[in-house]
Amino acid sequence: MESVKITNAQKAILQLKEVSVSYTPGKYAVKKVTTDIYPHTITAIMGPSGCGKSTLLRAINRMHDLYAHISTTGEIILKGKNVLEMDPMEVRRMAGMVFQQPNPFPTMSIYDNVLAGYTLNGIRLNRKEKDEIVEQSLQSVALWDEVKDVMSKRGSFLSGGQQQRLCIARTLALKPELLLMDEPTSALDPISTNKVEELLLELKQKFTIIIVTHNMSQAARISDNSMFMYLGELIEHGNTTQMFTKPQQKRTEEYLTGVFG
Amino acid sequence: MKDKIFRFFLFVAALFVLVLSAAIVYALVSRSSEAFQEYGIWGFVSNAEWDPRSATEEYGALSFILGTLYTAFFALLLCVPFSLAVAMFNGVYFKGKKIAGVMRSVVDLLAGIPSIVYGLWGFYTVRPLVIDLGVNAQGFGVFLSSIVLAIMIIPYASSLSSEFLSMVPNNLKEGAYSLGATRLEVVQHISLPTAASGIVASFILALGRALGETMAVTMLIGNTNRIPTGLRDTGNTMASVIANQFGEADGLKLSALIAIGLLLFVITAIINLIAKLVMKKLSHA
Repeated sequence: MESVKITNAQKAILQLKEVSVSYTPGKYAVKKVTTDIYPHTITAIMGPSGCGKSTLLRAINRMHDLYAHISTTGEIILKGKNVLEMDPMEVRRMAGMVFQQPNPFPTMSIYDNVLAGYTLNGIRLNRKEKDEIVEQSLQSVALWDEVKDVMSKRGSFLSGGQQQRLCIARTLALKPELLLMDEPTSALDPISTNKVEELLLELKQKFTIIIVTHNMSQAARISDNSMFMYLGELIEHGNTTQMFTKPQQKRTEEYLTGVFG
Repeated sequence: MKDKIFRFFLFVAALFVLVLSAAIVYALVSRSSEAFQEYGIWGFVSNAEWDPRSATEEYGALSFILGTLYTAFFALLLCVPFSLAVAMFNGVYFKGKKIAGVMRSVVDLLAGIPSIVYGLWGFYTVRPLVIDLGVNAQGFGVFLSSIVLAIMIIPYASSLSSEFLSMVPNNLKEGAYSLGATRLEVVQHISLPTAASGIVASFILALGRALGETMAVTMLIGNTNRIPTGLRDTGNTMASVIANQFGEADGLKLSALIAIGLLLFVITAIINLIAKLVMKKLSHA
Protein backbone atom coordinates (compact mmCIF):
# COMPACT_ATOMS: atom_id res chain seq x y z
CA MET A 1 0.00 0.00 0.00
CA GLU A 2 1.35 3.35 -1.05
CA SER A 3 0.93 5.64 1.90
CA VAL A 4 2.41 8.62 3.66
CA LYS A 5 4.53 7.96 6.71
CA ILE A 6 2.79 7.22 9.97
CA THR A 7 3.78 9.12 13.10
CA ASN A 8 6.02 6.52 14.55
CA ALA A 9 8.09 7.12 17.61
CA GLN A 10 7.64 3.82 19.38
CA LYS A 11 6.72 0.20 18.90
CA ALA A 12 3.17 -0.39 17.71
CA ILE A 13 0.66 -1.01 20.49
CA LEU A 14 -1.86 -2.56 18.13
CA GLN A 15 -1.18 -4.51 14.98
CA LEU A 16 -3.88 -5.54 12.55
CA LYS A 17 -2.91 -8.37 10.23
CA GLU A 18 -5.26 -9.23 7.39
CA VAL A 19 -8.31 -8.55 9.52
CA SER A 20 -11.55 -9.45 7.78
CA VAL A 21 -15.08 -9.35 9.12
CA SER A 22 -18.12 -10.90 7.49
CA TYR A 23 -21.78 -10.67 8.38
CA THR A 24 -22.84 -13.26 5.83
CA PRO A 25 -20.48 -16.03 4.68
CA GLY A 26 -18.50 -15.02 1.60
CA LYS A 27 -19.34 -11.32 1.92
CA TYR A 28 -16.86 -9.12 3.70
CA ALA A 29 -17.65 -5.86 5.45
CA VAL A 30 -13.96 -5.47 6.25
CA LYS A 31 -11.44 -6.92 3.85
CA LYS A 32 -7.93 -7.92 4.90
CA VAL A 33 -6.98 -4.78 6.76
CA THR A 34 -3.33 -4.68 7.79
CA THR A 35 -1.84 -1.78 9.69
CA ASP A 36 -0.17 -0.65 12.92
CA ILE A 37 -1.37 1.76 15.60
CA TYR A 38 1.18 3.53 17.79
CA PRO A 39 0.88 4.41 21.47
CA HIS A 40 -0.21 7.87 22.58
CA THR A 41 -1.66 8.77 19.23
CA ILE A 42 -5.14 9.53 18.04
CA THR A 43 -6.02 7.61 14.91
CA ALA A 44 -9.13 8.66 13.02
CA ILE A 45 -10.92 6.13 10.85
CA MET A 46 -12.77 7.94 8.05
CA GLY A 47 -14.82 6.86 5.11
CA PRO A 48 -18.33 7.00 3.70
CA SER A 49 -21.25 5.23 5.41
CA GLY A 50 -21.06 1.47 5.16
CA CYS A 51 -17.33 1.42 4.43
CA GLY A 52 -16.66 -0.82 7.42
CA LYS A 53 -15.11 1.68 9.83
CA SER A 54 -17.31 0.81 12.81
CA THR A 55 -17.12 -2.85 11.90
CA LEU A 56 -13.33 -2.71 12.03
CA LEU A 57 -13.38 -0.82 15.33
CA ARG A 58 -15.75 -3.34 16.89
CA ALA A 59 -13.53 -6.20 15.77
CA ILE A 60 -10.74 -4.88 17.98
CA ASN A 61 -12.61 -5.35 21.26
CA ARG A 62 -14.48 -8.39 19.95
CA MET A 63 -17.94 -6.86 20.11
CA HIS A 64 -18.76 -9.04 17.11
CA ASP A 65 -18.66 -12.06 19.41
CA LEU A 66 -22.04 -10.98 20.74
CA TYR A 67 -23.64 -11.82 17.41
CA ALA A 68 -23.23 -15.41 16.31
CA HIS A 69 -23.50 -14.69 12.59
CA ILE A 70 -20.52 -12.32 12.46
CA SER A 71 -17.08 -13.82 11.96
CA THR A 72 -13.71 -12.13 12.33
CA THR A 73 -10.50 -13.55 10.86
CA GLY A 74 -6.88 -12.48 10.76
CA GLU A 75 -4.80 -11.36 13.71
CA ILE A 76 -5.31 -8.42 16.04
CA ILE A 77 -2.22 -8.07 18.22
CA LEU A 78 -2.71 -5.86 21.26
CA LYS A 79 0.46 -5.45 23.33
CA GLY A 80 1.88 -8.62 21.82
CA LYS A 81 -1.18 -10.84 22.32
CA ASN A 82 -3.68 -11.86 19.68
CA VAL A 83 -7.02 -10.63 20.98
CA LEU A 84 -8.87 -13.16 18.84
CA GLU A 85 -7.32 -15.87 21.00
CA MET A 86 -7.84 -14.12 24.33
CA ASP A 87 -10.77 -14.17 26.72
CA PRO A 88 -13.14 -11.58 25.19
CA MET A 89 -13.96 -10.12 28.63
CA GLU A 90 -10.27 -9.41 29.21
CA VAL A 91 -9.91 -7.88 25.74
CA ARG A 92 -12.84 -5.55 26.40
CA ARG A 93 -11.34 -4.36 29.67
CA MET A 94 -8.07 -3.61 27.83
CA ALA A 95 -9.76 -1.88 24.93
CA GLY A 96 -12.53 0.35 26.26
CA MET A 97 -15.29 1.49 23.96
CA VAL A 98 -17.35 4.67 23.72
CA PHE A 99 -20.46 4.56 21.60
CA GLN A 100 -22.30 6.91 19.27
CA GLN A 101 -25.23 7.41 21.61
CA PRO A 102 -24.24 8.23 25.19
CA ASN A 103 -25.37 5.17 27.15
CA PRO A 104 -25.04 5.75 30.89
CA PHE A 105 -26.81 2.99 32.80
CA PRO A 106 -30.19 4.53 33.73
CA THR A 107 -30.65 2.48 36.90
CA MET A 108 -27.33 3.61 38.37
CA SER A 109 -26.22 6.86 39.97
CA ILE A 110 -23.43 8.93 38.43
CA TYR A 111 -21.06 7.48 41.05
CA ASP A 112 -22.10 3.91 40.27
CA ASN A 113 -21.90 4.53 36.54
CA VAL A 114 -18.22 5.37 36.84
CA LEU A 115 -17.67 2.19 38.84
CA ALA A 116 -19.88 0.05 36.60
CA GLY A 117 -16.89 -1.69 35.02
CA TYR A 118 -15.84 -2.94 38.44
CA THR A 119 -19.32 -3.89 39.61
CA LEU A 120 -20.07 -5.69 36.37
CA ASN A 121 -16.87 -7.67 36.60
CA GLY A 122 -17.50 -8.56 40.23
CA ILE A 123 -14.41 -6.70 41.46
CA ARG A 124 -14.88 -5.55 45.04
CA LEU A 125 -13.37 -2.25 46.15
CA ASN A 126 -13.41 -0.53 49.48
CA ARG A 127 -14.97 2.88 49.91
CA LYS A 128 -11.65 4.73 49.66
CA GLU A 129 -10.62 2.98 46.44
CA LYS A 130 -14.04 3.67 44.98
CA ASP A 131 -13.92 7.36 45.86
CA GLU A 132 -10.44 7.64 44.37
CA ILE A 133 -11.35 5.95 41.11
CA VAL A 134 -14.52 8.00 40.74
CA GLU A 135 -12.79 11.30 41.41
CA GLN A 136 -9.80 10.49 39.20
CA SER A 137 -11.94 9.26 36.30
CA LEU A 138 -14.31 12.22 36.47
CA GLN A 139 -11.41 14.64 36.78
CA SER A 140 -9.82 13.20 33.67
CA VAL A 141 -12.95 13.90 31.63
CA ALA A 142 -13.35 17.36 33.22
CA LEU A 143 -16.70 16.38 34.69
CA TRP A 144 -15.76 16.30 38.38
CA ASP A 145 -16.53 19.94 39.15
CA GLU A 146 -19.85 19.73 37.35
CA VAL A 147 -21.17 16.63 39.11
CA LYS A 148 -19.34 16.31 42.42
CA ASP A 149 -22.39 17.53 44.35
CA VAL A 150 -24.92 15.38 42.51
CA MET A 151 -23.10 12.05 42.62
CA SER A 152 -26.14 10.13 43.79
CA LYS A 153 -28.33 11.37 40.95
CA ARG A 154 -28.99 9.15 37.98
CA GLY A 155 -26.63 9.53 35.04
CA SER A 156 -29.56 10.17 32.75
CA PHE A 157 -30.15 13.57 34.42
CA LEU A 158 -27.04 14.97 32.75
CA SER A 159 -26.94 16.73 29.40
CA GLY A 160 -25.95 14.73 26.31
CA GLY A 161 -22.39 16.01 26.36
CA GLN A 162 -22.02 15.34 30.07
CA GLN A 163 -23.48 11.87 29.60
CA GLN A 164 -20.91 11.13 26.92
CA ARG A 165 -18.08 12.33 29.14
CA LEU A 166 -19.50 10.16 31.93
CA CYS A 167 -19.34 7.20 29.56
CA ILE A 168 -15.74 8.03 28.73
CA ALA A 169 -14.98 8.24 32.47
CA ARG A 170 -16.64 4.86 32.98
CA THR A 171 -14.35 3.39 30.34
CA LEU A 172 -11.22 5.12 31.69
CA ALA A 173 -11.97 3.89 35.20
CA LEU A 174 -10.86 0.43 34.10
CA LYS A 175 -7.51 1.87 32.95
CA PRO A 176 -7.61 0.43 29.44
CA GLU A 177 -4.69 0.36 27.02
CA LEU A 178 -6.79 1.47 24.13
CA LEU A 179 -9.79 3.73 23.79
CA LEU A 180 -12.10 2.84 20.90
CA MET A 181 -14.57 5.55 20.02
CA ASP A 182 -17.40 5.00 17.57
CA GLU A 183 -18.48 8.46 16.37
CA PRO A 184 -18.60 9.69 19.97
CA THR A 185 -19.68 13.23 19.09
CA SER A 186 -22.21 12.60 16.35
CA ALA A 187 -25.11 12.89 18.79
CA LEU A 188 -23.71 15.99 20.52
CA ASP A 189 -24.07 19.73 19.99
CA PRO A 190 -21.05 21.74 18.78
CA ILE A 191 -20.06 22.98 22.24
CA SER A 192 -20.13 19.52 23.77
CA THR A 193 -18.31 18.19 20.73
CA ASN A 194 -15.62 20.75 21.26
CA LYS A 195 -15.24 19.73 24.90
CA VAL A 196 -14.94 16.06 24.03
CA GLU A 197 -12.35 16.83 21.34
CA GLU A 198 -10.25 18.86 23.78
CA LEU A 199 -10.56 16.01 26.20
CA LEU A 200 -9.26 13.50 23.68
CA LEU A 201 -6.19 15.63 23.02
CA GLU A 202 -5.44 15.48 26.73
CA LEU A 203 -6.24 11.80 27.10
CA LYS A 204 -3.76 10.74 24.46
CA GLN A 205 -0.98 11.53 26.92
CA LYS A 206 -2.09 8.45 28.84
CA PHE A 207 -4.00 6.36 26.36
CA THR A 208 -4.06 5.37 22.72
CA ILE A 209 -7.19 6.44 20.94
CA ILE A 210 -8.87 5.18 17.80
CA ILE A 211 -11.87 7.22 16.75
CA VAL A 212 -14.33 6.48 13.99
CA THR A 213 -15.66 9.70 12.54
CA HIS A 214 -17.93 10.87 9.81
CA ASN A 215 -16.60 14.31 10.20
CA MET A 216 -13.45 15.05 8.18
CA SER A 217 -12.74 18.33 9.93
CA GLN A 218 -12.87 16.52 13.25
CA ALA A 219 -10.27 14.07 12.00
CA ALA A 220 -8.15 16.98 10.81
CA ARG A 221 -8.49 18.79 14.15
CA ILE A 222 -7.62 16.05 16.55
CA SER A 223 -5.96 13.06 14.95
CA ASP A 224 -2.28 12.32 14.50
CA ASN A 225 -2.91 9.65 11.93
CA SER A 226 -5.84 8.93 9.69
CA MET A 227 -7.14 5.79 8.09
CA PHE A 228 -9.32 6.07 5.04
CA MET A 229 -11.57 3.12 4.35
CA TYR A 230 -13.70 2.44 1.33
CA LEU A 231 -15.93 -0.59 0.63
CA GLY A 232 -14.34 -2.53 3.47
CA GLU A 233 -10.78 -1.92 2.40
CA LEU A 234 -8.18 0.23 4.05
CA ILE A 235 -7.21 2.58 1.24
CA GLU A 236 -4.69 4.72 3.04
CA HIS A 237 -3.28 5.13 6.53
CA GLY A 238 -0.93 7.97 7.25
CA ASN A 239 -0.03 11.13 9.05
CA THR A 240 -3.14 13.26 9.15
CA THR A 241 -1.60 16.54 8.04
CA GLN A 242 0.13 14.93 5.12
CA MET A 243 -2.89 12.89 4.18
CA PHE A 244 -5.12 15.95 4.12
CA THR A 245 -2.61 17.98 2.09
CA LYS A 246 -1.02 15.34 -0.11
CA PRO A 247 -3.03 12.12 -0.18
CA GLN A 248 -1.23 9.29 -1.95
CA GLN A 249 -4.31 7.50 -3.20
CA LYS A 250 -6.74 8.88 -5.75
CA ARG A 251 -9.81 7.70 -3.84
CA THR A 252 -8.59 9.35 -0.65
CA GLU A 253 -8.18 12.59 -2.52
CA GLU A 254 -11.63 12.24 -4.06
CA TYR A 255 -13.19 11.60 -0.68
CA LEU A 256 -11.37 14.47 0.98
CA THR A 257 -12.32 16.88 -1.78
CA GLY A 258 -15.93 15.78 -1.71
CA VAL A 259 -16.14 13.94 -5.03
CA PHE A 260 -18.01 11.25 -3.10
CA GLY A 261 -18.90 10.79 0.53
CA MET B 1 -69.31 12.86 5.45
CA LYS B 2 -68.15 9.27 5.66
CA ASP B 3 -65.60 10.38 8.18
CA LYS B 4 -68.32 12.00 10.29
CA ILE B 5 -70.48 8.88 10.25
CA PHE B 6 -67.52 6.77 11.22
CA ARG B 7 -66.64 9.09 14.07
CA PHE B 8 -70.21 9.06 15.27
CA PHE B 9 -70.19 5.28 15.21
CA LEU B 10 -66.97 5.17 17.21
CA PHE B 11 -68.38 7.63 19.71
CA VAL B 12 -71.53 5.55 20.20
CA ALA B 13 -69.51 2.36 20.59
CA ALA B 14 -67.24 3.96 23.17
CA LEU B 15 -70.17 5.44 25.03
CA PHE B 16 -71.90 2.06 25.05
CA VAL B 17 -68.92 0.42 26.74
CA LEU B 18 -68.81 3.23 29.27
CA VAL B 19 -72.52 2.98 30.05
CA LEU B 20 -72.27 -0.80 30.30
CA SER B 21 -69.46 -0.60 32.86
CA ALA B 22 -71.40 1.96 34.84
CA ALA B 23 -74.50 -0.25 34.69
CA ILE B 24 -72.55 -3.24 36.06
CA VAL B 25 -71.20 -1.17 38.94
CA TYR B 26 -74.66 0.25 39.59
CA ALA B 27 -76.22 -3.23 39.66
CA LEU B 28 -73.55 -4.48 42.07
CA VAL B 29 -73.92 -1.49 44.34
CA SER B 30 -77.70 -1.44 44.41
CA ARG B 31 -78.10 -5.17 44.96
CA SER B 32 -75.44 -5.33 47.64
CA SER B 33 -76.86 -2.39 49.56
CA GLU B 34 -79.08 -4.62 51.72
CA ALA B 35 -76.06 -6.41 53.17
CA PHE B 36 -74.09 -3.21 53.63
CA GLN B 37 -77.04 -1.52 55.31
CA GLU B 38 -77.47 -4.47 57.66
CA TYR B 39 -73.83 -4.67 58.77
CA GLY B 40 -72.16 -1.47 57.57
CA ILE B 41 -69.23 -1.67 55.16
CA TRP B 42 -66.60 -2.17 57.85
CA GLY B 43 -68.80 -4.52 59.82
CA PHE B 44 -69.29 -6.69 56.75
CA VAL B 45 -65.63 -6.66 55.74
CA SER B 46 -64.26 -7.35 59.24
CA ASN B 47 -66.66 -10.13 60.25
CA ALA B 48 -65.39 -13.68 59.70
CA GLU B 49 -68.74 -15.33 60.49
CA TRP B 50 -70.71 -16.78 57.57
CA ASP B 51 -73.76 -18.55 58.94
CA PRO B 52 -76.69 -19.04 56.57
CA ARG B 53 -78.91 -20.94 59.07
CA SER B 54 -82.12 -18.96 59.28
CA ALA B 55 -82.22 -18.85 63.10
CA THR B 56 -78.70 -17.44 63.52
CA GLU B 57 -78.27 -15.86 60.07
CA GLU B 58 -75.10 -13.77 59.88
CA TYR B 59 -72.85 -12.81 57.01
CA GLY B 60 -69.31 -11.44 56.95
CA ALA B 61 -66.71 -11.41 54.19
CA LEU B 62 -63.44 -11.58 56.14
CA SER B 63 -62.84 -15.33 55.78
CA PHE B 64 -63.20 -15.09 52.04
CA ILE B 65 -61.12 -11.93 51.69
CA LEU B 66 -58.29 -13.58 53.63
CA GLY B 67 -58.79 -16.87 51.78
CA THR B 68 -58.45 -14.98 48.51
CA LEU B 69 -55.34 -13.11 49.60
CA TYR B 70 -53.69 -16.28 50.97
CA THR B 71 -54.20 -18.31 47.83
CA ALA B 72 -53.39 -15.49 45.40
CA PHE B 73 -50.20 -14.36 47.13
CA PHE B 74 -48.93 -17.89 47.66
CA ALA B 75 -49.67 -18.65 44.01
CA LEU B 76 -47.78 -15.50 43.03
CA LEU B 77 -44.82 -16.54 45.17
CA LEU B 78 -44.77 -19.96 43.49
CA CYS B 79 -45.07 -18.51 40.01
CA VAL B 80 -42.28 -15.90 40.32
CA PRO B 81 -39.23 -18.15 39.77
CA PHE B 82 -40.82 -20.01 36.86
CA SER B 83 -42.16 -16.88 35.20
CA LEU B 84 -38.81 -15.13 35.53
CA ALA B 85 -37.06 -18.14 34.07
CA VAL B 86 -39.44 -18.23 31.11
CA ALA B 87 -39.14 -14.46 30.69
CA MET B 88 -35.33 -14.58 30.62
CA PHE B 89 -35.40 -17.56 28.29
CA ASN B 90 -37.61 -15.73 25.79
CA GLY B 91 -36.55 -12.15 26.37
CA VAL B 92 -32.81 -12.47 26.90
CA TYR B 93 -31.06 -15.75 26.26
CA PHE B 94 -33.00 -16.98 23.25
CA LYS B 95 -34.44 -13.65 22.15
CA GLY B 96 -35.44 -13.75 18.50
CA LYS B 97 -34.57 -17.45 18.16
CA LYS B 98 -36.96 -20.14 16.96
CA ILE B 99 -36.89 -21.95 20.29
CA ALA B 100 -38.16 -18.81 22.03
CA GLY B 101 -41.10 -18.73 19.62
CA VAL B 102 -41.91 -22.35 20.45
CA MET B 103 -41.61 -21.62 24.17
CA ARG B 104 -43.88 -18.62 23.81
CA SER B 105 -46.54 -20.64 21.98
CA VAL B 106 -46.44 -23.34 24.63
CA VAL B 107 -46.80 -20.81 27.43
CA ASP B 108 -49.60 -19.06 25.56
CA LEU B 109 -51.27 -22.44 25.27
CA LEU B 110 -51.28 -22.61 29.07
CA ALA B 111 -53.22 -19.35 29.09
CA GLY B 112 -55.75 -20.83 26.69
CA ILE B 113 -56.64 -23.87 28.80
CA PRO B 114 -60.11 -23.37 30.31
CA SER B 115 -60.27 -22.95 34.05
CA ILE B 116 -62.51 -25.97 34.46
CA VAL B 117 -59.87 -28.16 32.80
CA TYR B 118 -57.26 -26.92 35.25
CA GLY B 119 -59.74 -27.72 37.98
CA LEU B 120 -60.20 -31.29 36.75
CA TRP B 121 -56.48 -31.77 36.38
CA GLY B 122 -55.89 -30.37 39.85
CA PHE B 123 -58.62 -32.57 41.28
CA TYR B 124 -57.54 -35.84 39.73
CA THR B 125 -53.79 -35.42 39.22
CA VAL B 126 -52.36 -32.87 41.62
CA ARG B 127 -54.59 -33.63 44.60
CA PRO B 128 -53.33 -37.25 44.97
CA LEU B 129 -49.77 -35.89 44.90
CA VAL B 130 -50.62 -33.36 47.59
CA ILE B 131 -52.12 -36.18 49.69
CA ASP B 132 -48.96 -38.26 49.14
CA LEU B 133 -46.91 -35.28 50.26
CA GLY B 134 -48.85 -35.46 53.51
CA VAL B 135 -50.13 -31.90 53.33
CA ASN B 136 -53.57 -32.97 54.54
CA ALA B 137 -55.89 -35.96 54.34
CA GLN B 138 -58.16 -34.88 51.52
CA GLY B 139 -55.70 -32.80 49.55
CA PHE B 140 -58.15 -29.91 49.20
CA GLY B 141 -57.14 -26.50 50.46
CA VAL B 142 -55.07 -23.39 50.01
CA PHE B 143 -51.93 -25.35 49.11
CA LEU B 144 -53.52 -27.30 46.26
CA SER B 145 -55.38 -24.26 44.90
CA SER B 146 -52.25 -22.14 44.94
CA ILE B 147 -50.19 -24.68 43.02
CA VAL B 148 -52.76 -24.88 40.25
CA LEU B 149 -53.32 -21.12 40.34
CA ALA B 150 -49.58 -20.51 40.04
CA ILE B 151 -49.47 -22.57 36.85
CA MET B 152 -52.48 -20.70 35.51
CA ILE B 153 -50.90 -17.27 35.96
CA ILE B 154 -47.39 -18.10 34.68
CA PRO B 155 -48.35 -17.10 31.11
CA TYR B 156 -49.56 -13.68 32.25
CA ALA B 157 -46.54 -12.95 34.40
CA SER B 158 -43.97 -14.29 31.96
CA SER B 159 -45.13 -12.95 28.60
CA LEU B 160 -45.25 -9.35 29.77
CA SER B 161 -41.99 -9.70 31.71
CA SER B 162 -40.17 -11.10 28.70
CA GLU B 163 -41.55 -8.23 26.66
CA PHE B 164 -40.03 -5.73 29.09
CA LEU B 165 -36.74 -7.64 29.22
CA SER B 166 -36.44 -7.70 25.45
CA MET B 167 -37.12 -3.96 25.36
CA VAL B 168 -33.94 -3.18 27.34
CA PRO B 169 -32.00 -1.05 24.85
CA ASN B 170 -29.21 -2.82 23.04
CA ASN B 171 -26.81 0.09 23.53
CA LEU B 172 -27.00 -0.38 27.32
CA LYS B 173 -26.20 -4.05 26.99
CA GLU B 174 -23.37 -3.36 24.56
CA GLY B 175 -22.08 -0.70 26.95
CA ALA B 176 -21.93 -3.29 29.70
CA TYR B 177 -20.33 -5.92 27.47
CA SER B 178 -17.73 -3.37 26.36
CA LEU B 179 -16.69 -3.03 30.01
CA GLY B 180 -15.91 -6.72 30.10
CA ALA B 181 -19.13 -8.05 31.61
CA THR B 182 -20.28 -11.61 30.99
CA ARG B 183 -23.77 -12.41 29.83
CA LEU B 184 -24.93 -13.31 33.31
CA GLU B 185 -23.49 -10.07 34.69
CA VAL B 186 -25.29 -8.08 32.01
CA VAL B 187 -28.59 -9.79 32.86
CA GLN B 188 -28.03 -9.31 36.58
CA HIS B 189 -26.78 -5.71 36.61
CA ILE B 190 -28.32 -4.20 33.48
CA SER B 191 -31.28 -6.08 31.99
CA LEU B 192 -33.12 -7.05 35.18
CA PRO B 193 -32.76 -3.66 36.94
CA THR B 194 -33.72 -1.78 33.77
CA ALA B 195 -36.82 -3.91 33.26
CA ALA B 196 -37.57 -4.17 36.98
CA SER B 197 -40.64 -1.96 37.21
CA GLY B 198 -42.12 -3.60 34.13
CA ILE B 199 -41.53 -7.02 35.61
CA VAL B 200 -43.09 -5.95 38.91
CA ALA B 201 -46.09 -4.59 36.99
CA SER B 202 -46.57 -7.87 35.15
CA PHE B 203 -46.51 -9.76 38.44
CA ILE B 204 -49.11 -7.40 39.87
CA LEU B 205 -51.31 -8.02 36.83
CA ALA B 206 -50.83 -11.76 37.31
CA LEU B 207 -51.85 -11.31 40.93
CA GLY B 208 -55.02 -9.63 39.69
CA ARG B 209 -55.78 -12.72 37.62
CA ALA B 210 -55.16 -14.98 40.59
CA LEU B 211 -57.50 -12.98 42.82
CA GLY B 212 -60.45 -13.35 40.51
CA GLU B 213 -59.84 -16.89 39.28
CA THR B 214 -62.95 -18.89 40.12
CA MET B 215 -63.69 -22.29 38.66
CA ALA B 216 -60.45 -24.16 39.33
CA VAL B 217 -60.18 -22.71 42.84
CA THR B 218 -63.79 -23.59 43.65
CA MET B 219 -63.05 -27.20 42.73
CA LEU B 220 -59.88 -27.39 44.79
CA ILE B 221 -60.02 -25.21 47.87
CA GLY B 222 -62.37 -27.31 49.98
CA ASN B 223 -65.09 -24.68 50.41
CA THR B 224 -65.19 -24.12 54.15
CA ASN B 225 -66.55 -20.83 55.41
CA ARG B 226 -63.77 -19.83 57.77
CA ILE B 227 -60.39 -18.17 57.79
CA PRO B 228 -57.75 -20.65 56.62
CA THR B 229 -55.27 -21.18 59.45
CA GLY B 230 -52.42 -22.00 57.08
CA LEU B 231 -51.47 -23.42 53.72
CA ARG B 232 -52.65 -26.92 54.71
CA ASP B 233 -56.10 -25.67 55.66
CA THR B 234 -59.20 -25.54 53.53
CA GLY B 235 -61.09 -22.32 52.95
CA ASN B 236 -63.00 -20.33 50.38
CA THR B 237 -62.07 -17.42 48.20
CA MET B 238 -64.40 -14.55 47.36
CA ALA B 239 -64.91 -15.96 43.89
CA SER B 240 -65.38 -19.54 45.03
CA VAL B 241 -67.95 -18.73 47.72
CA ILE B 242 -70.04 -16.86 45.17
CA ALA B 243 -69.78 -19.71 42.66
CA ASN B 244 -70.72 -22.22 45.33
CA GLN B 245 -73.62 -20.48 46.94
CA PHE B 246 -75.33 -18.08 44.55
CA GLY B 247 -77.67 -20.76 43.17
CA GLU B 248 -79.59 -21.32 46.39
CA ALA B 249 -79.27 -17.80 47.79
CA ASP B 250 -81.92 -15.17 48.20
CA GLY B 251 -82.65 -12.18 50.36
CA LEU B 252 -79.87 -11.05 52.69
CA LYS B 253 -77.57 -13.94 51.70
CA LEU B 254 -77.79 -13.09 48.02
CA SER B 255 -77.12 -9.45 48.81
CA ALA B 256 -74.09 -10.49 50.90
CA LEU B 257 -72.76 -12.58 48.00
CA ILE B 258 -73.18 -9.65 45.61
CA ALA B 259 -71.44 -7.43 48.16
CA ILE B 260 -68.49 -9.87 48.07
CA GLY B 261 -68.57 -9.62 44.28
CA LEU B 262 -68.41 -5.84 44.52
CA LEU B 263 -65.48 -6.02 46.93
CA LEU B 264 -63.63 -8.42 44.64
CA PHE B 265 -64.25 -6.06 41.75
CA VAL B 266 -62.85 -3.14 43.76
CA ILE B 267 -59.79 -5.10 44.92
CA THR B 268 -58.90 -6.26 41.38
CA ALA B 269 -59.48 -2.77 40.02
CA ILE B 270 -57.07 -1.35 42.61
CA ILE B 271 -54.48 -4.03 41.82
CA ASN B 272 -54.71 -3.27 38.10
CA LEU B 273 -54.46 0.43 38.79
CA ILE B 274 -51.29 -0.11 40.83
CA ALA B 275 -49.80 -2.16 37.98
CA LYS B 276 -50.62 0.62 35.52
CA LEU B 277 -49.05 3.25 37.77
CA VAL B 278 -45.87 1.20 38.12
CA MET B 279 -45.67 0.84 34.35
CA LYS B 280 -46.33 4.53 33.85
CA LYS B 281 -43.46 5.31 36.18
CA LEU B 282 -41.31 3.03 34.05
CA SER B 283 -42.09 4.85 30.83
CA HIS B 284 -41.15 8.17 32.45
CA ALA B 285 -37.81 6.91 33.74
